[in-house]
Amino acid sequence: MALAFGTLAVVLVALLSLLALERLRDSALLPTLRALPVRLTGARLHALADSYDPGRELRAEQRARELLRSCVNEEEWSMYCELGFLRVNSTLAREDCAYLLYPHKPILAYVPACGLIVGEYCVEFPDHTRPYGSARLPDADDVLAKWMALAADERGLIEQANMHLPGRQIRMAKARRDLARLASWEREHQPRPAGPSSVPAR
Amino acid sequence: MKLLRVKPGHGDVVLAEGDVEVPEQHAQLLQAFRSQLDAGMWAAVPTSTDAGLRQAEMVHSFEDIPIGAERVIFFPRAAGGR
Repeated sequence: MALAFGTLAVVLVALLSLLALERLRDSALLPTLRALPVRLTGARLHALADSYDPGRELRAEQRARELLRSCVNEEEWSMYCELGFLRVNSTLAREDCAYLLYPHKPILAYVPACGLIVGEYCVEFPDHTRPYGSARLPDADDVLAKWMALAADERGLIEQANMHLPGRQIRMAKARRDLARLASWEREHQPRPAGPSSVPAR
Repeated sequence: MKLLRVKPGHGDVVLAEGDVEVPEQHAQLLQAFRSQLDAGMWAAVPTSTDAGLRQAEMVHSFEDIPIGAERVIFFPRAAGGR
């Protein structure tokens, strides 16, 4: 008896599904559903294309670089231009540590004495007003925000950041290469000891 | 003194500019300063020492701004990133 009812139910469900499918084919719903992902992607791309203006972003970056330049000293500015990051020494008394500040990347903490990479402090400065649809500051403004926050309240910023092990976002090979570039840059820029004068003494 | 704010797609924007000694301009600066803090911004004053060391100082109220500061820079509050 139960078997007969079960079979009947399966047959009924199958018949109803066939009828529903026929009606679905006749209606405009199926083509609409099929086109939905394409329309959604297209709309998103269109919106992004509308809001992104390379010229505007370039001008913003130039202004940001001028502001950064006016805040840091000549040596730091030169470091940023040539290496693409800023180095800031820790001011926390008991820690011999320094930081590399990259635009839109975590703050890399390392020990200058031995080159040991301690970790990545992930911190962002999102502007939720999103004037052009993006919360992302220009690169140099992001570095400036990190620099000002570290210079003014290092402990506060570090406590606010999410700390991760080295190599999570900045590859270890890149970090080591950047430390080597920094060491080389510092050798080039350190003041040379006064040598013998090229003008013969009389 | 200038109040600047860094913004996506803009770089820095001058919010207000004036002399803190002039009462009307002081009021304008104060209003702009408060509105930025109310909007959740952080404010910092770039400083420099006689030895040429560049630093920054966070300010939490208008009265905290060091005397003679030429500009205050507002930037979005830090958030832990991924």
